[in-house]
Amino acid sequence: MFDTLQDRLTATFRNLRGKGRLSESDVNEALREIRLALLEADVNLSVVKEFIAACREKLTGAEISQALNPTQQIVKVVNEELIGILGGQTREVRFAKNPPTVIMLAGLQGSGKTTLAGKLGKWLKDSKHHPLLVAADLQRPNAVNQLQVVGQRAGVAVFAPEPGNGIGDPVAVARASIEEAKRKLYDVVIVDTAGRLGVDAELMQQAIDIRNAVNPDEVLFVVDAMIGQDAVNTAQAFAQGVGFDGVVLSKLDGDARGGAALSIARVTGKPVMFASNGENLKDFDLFHPDRMASRILDMGDLLTLIEQAEKT
Amino acid sequence: AGSNNALASALLGLLARDRIDESTWDDVEETLITSDLGVGPTTELMGNLRRELSIDGVQDPAVARAKLRAELIKLVDPTLDRGLRITGADGQPGVVMVVGVNGTGKTTTIGKIARLLVAEGRTLVLGAADTFRAAAADQLATWGSRVGVQTVRGPEGGDPASVAFDAVAQGVAQGVDVVLVDTAGRLHTKTGLMDELGKIKRVIEKKAPVTEVLLVIDATTGQNGLIQARIFSDVVAVTGIVLTKLDGSAKGGIVVQVQRELGVPVKLIGLGEGADDLAPFTAEGFVDGLLGA
Ligand SMILES: Nc1nc2c(ncn2[C@@H]2O[C@H](COP(=O)(O)OP(=O)(O)OP(=O)(O)O)[C@@H](O)[C@H]2O)c(=O)[nH]1
Ligand SMILES: Nc1nc2c(ncn2[C@@H]2O[C@H](COP(=O)(O)OP(=O)(O)OP(=O)(O)O)[C@@H](O)[C@H]2O)c(=O)[nH]1
Ligand SMILES: [Mg+2]
Ligand SMILES: [Mg+2]
Repeated sequence: MFDTLQDRLTATFRNLRGKGRLSESDVNEALREIRLALLEADVNLSVVKEFIAACREKLTGAEISQALNPTQQIVKVVNEELIGILGGQTREVRFAKNPPTVIMLAGLQGSGKTTLAGKLGKWLKDSKHHPLLVAADLQRPNAVNQLQVVGQRAGVAVFAPEPGNGIGDPVAVARASIEEAKRKLYDVVIVDTAGRLGVDAELMQQAIDIRNAVNPDEVLFVVDAMIGQDAVNTAQAFAQGVGFDGVVLSKLDGDARGGAALSIARVTGKPVMFASNGENLKDFDLFHPDRMASRILDMGDLLTLIEQAEKT
Repeated sequence: AGSNNALASALLGLLARDRIDESTWDDVEETLITSDLGVGPTTELMGNLRRELSIDGVQDPAVARAKLRAELIKLVDPTLDRGLRITGADGQPGVVMVVGVNGTGKTTTIGKIARLLVAEGRTLVLGAADTFRAAAADQLATWGSRVGVQTVRGPEGGDPASVAFDAVAQGVAQGVDVVLVDTAGRLHTKTGLMDELGKIKRVIEKKAPVTEVLLVIDATTGQNGLIQARIFSDVVAVTGIVLTKLDGSAKGGIVVQVQRELGVPVKLIGLGEGADDLAPFTAEGFVDGLLGA
């Protein structure tokens, strides 16, 4: 058993040196390994299939470059294809011409929305914005307190007119927050919402109602990097339900390969904008497609080698 | 319900055709993979099924389907003891520790178990040994107060092991039946936090043995679930698994590998955010969920 894709590919192509072109069977053999690696990285199966087909097209009959061995050549193509789907370059938050800019957070239960609200709040505050966090999860026990604590830690104001734990109307709170922001001159409003399932029509409608009440500039779909094959179902349900403009991948500080990033970007066409990588307020970064691609393939070393080989 | 429908329709395809051809096999195999069963177990399962069907020369699709179901059930192992270990020795309370990565549903599951135990007439104490996450102790205390159970908590940012110890000590002093200890979510990759978890257990056991360590796994979890399970088990010797959020579209197939590798059964499933949304795990029910039955 070979541990990594890198080892497996190298073994596959032990005897391939000196050939001028990659034959169909060379390519098939390599793509079989890559398919497996992507599935083990939790890339959704339907996405894997499309992806492999696209790579096959690029690779079949491709000339073997002088600088790279066949493994490197195949990995280079696969890597470029991955980065392409992941969005090429990072997209930044769109700020409204007339403040407040409204950012709404949505996602499954426990994905990291409330924590992200604090992180975004601190990040915005550090870049001289004046954000307001809005407690529109009135459902989960003590979600309101959690946001208040998070806001306190971030040094950011929290709008929490209702106690939650089943009391209060999240749509009304969200609507009122815009007035509050205008009155008190907050220039960014971050609306934390309750976790909800893609299959829960009633709660999805509530998210739509919140969205309609605040007319957000950005709806961010927050998703746990550990999610498996269901990423696609869930992302599609949120895309078709509340709709979203960008994706935030959370819990990237673990060792999940994060294939969901690829699945979601591919099926929704929405860019991953932020990477959340820890429980503390500072553990937050812009998303880098190239880093993600090498994480999914688990081949950082090889990619560095390729870069070096091409430079010489 | 996407993967579910996909599998259901693949199985229908299996039934509709009078001969089981390669593309039918592929469909079934692929739809098992989309349940997060993992490539390894799927391949093994398909191998067994092919072998059996070829030995028996099966033509009848209904038989094929029944065999697939039987293979899956065998993989999930209906013979395991899935009872919660909540009885302490020598009149001491049973002590249940609940662990897992961030946001899987640990605190909610404790709320649900508390509800169940109270309904059975047992007395309990909750221990809020998550002193880290914002309002984590408040969240547990809310669950406790809903069922009229005391929650022992410490200062925010305080030592979780000493809160856990206090909770168990209280439980012993009050002579309750069970102490349920909530812990902070932590990624298995964080050695410092995993050491802390080990310490929590050791410190509790100065007072009373931990009778059950429940690892909570979110049904949406992909292949990382297996690594999580390994490391948590190394640190605190997991004795049972809770599979949460099965009310969503994810099937939780990863627990099959987890259960097999750890030799530890899935005991409970979470089916929602409410106090009553907890059910015992059954191999048959799980497999029927996987098969979209
Ligand atoms: N390790 C790690 N933990 C995170 C990250 N983001 C959030 N968490 C943790 O994940 C858990 C859930 O985070 P929350 O922010 O409460 O998630 P949520 O989406 O608001 O959850 P609900 O409101 O219950 O749906 C908490 O324990 C957080 O500390 C991250 O990037 N890394
Ligand atoms: N749909 C659904 N949601 C659940 C289930 N179990 C828990 N949740 C939700 O998942 C979110 C996280 O639950 P918690 O109990 O706070 O999870 P936790 O593991 O204690 O989280 P941390 O302590 O932050 O690591 C909350 O929004 C819960 O309401 C379930 O079985 N189904
Ligand atoms: Mg929240
Ligand atoms: Mg908790």
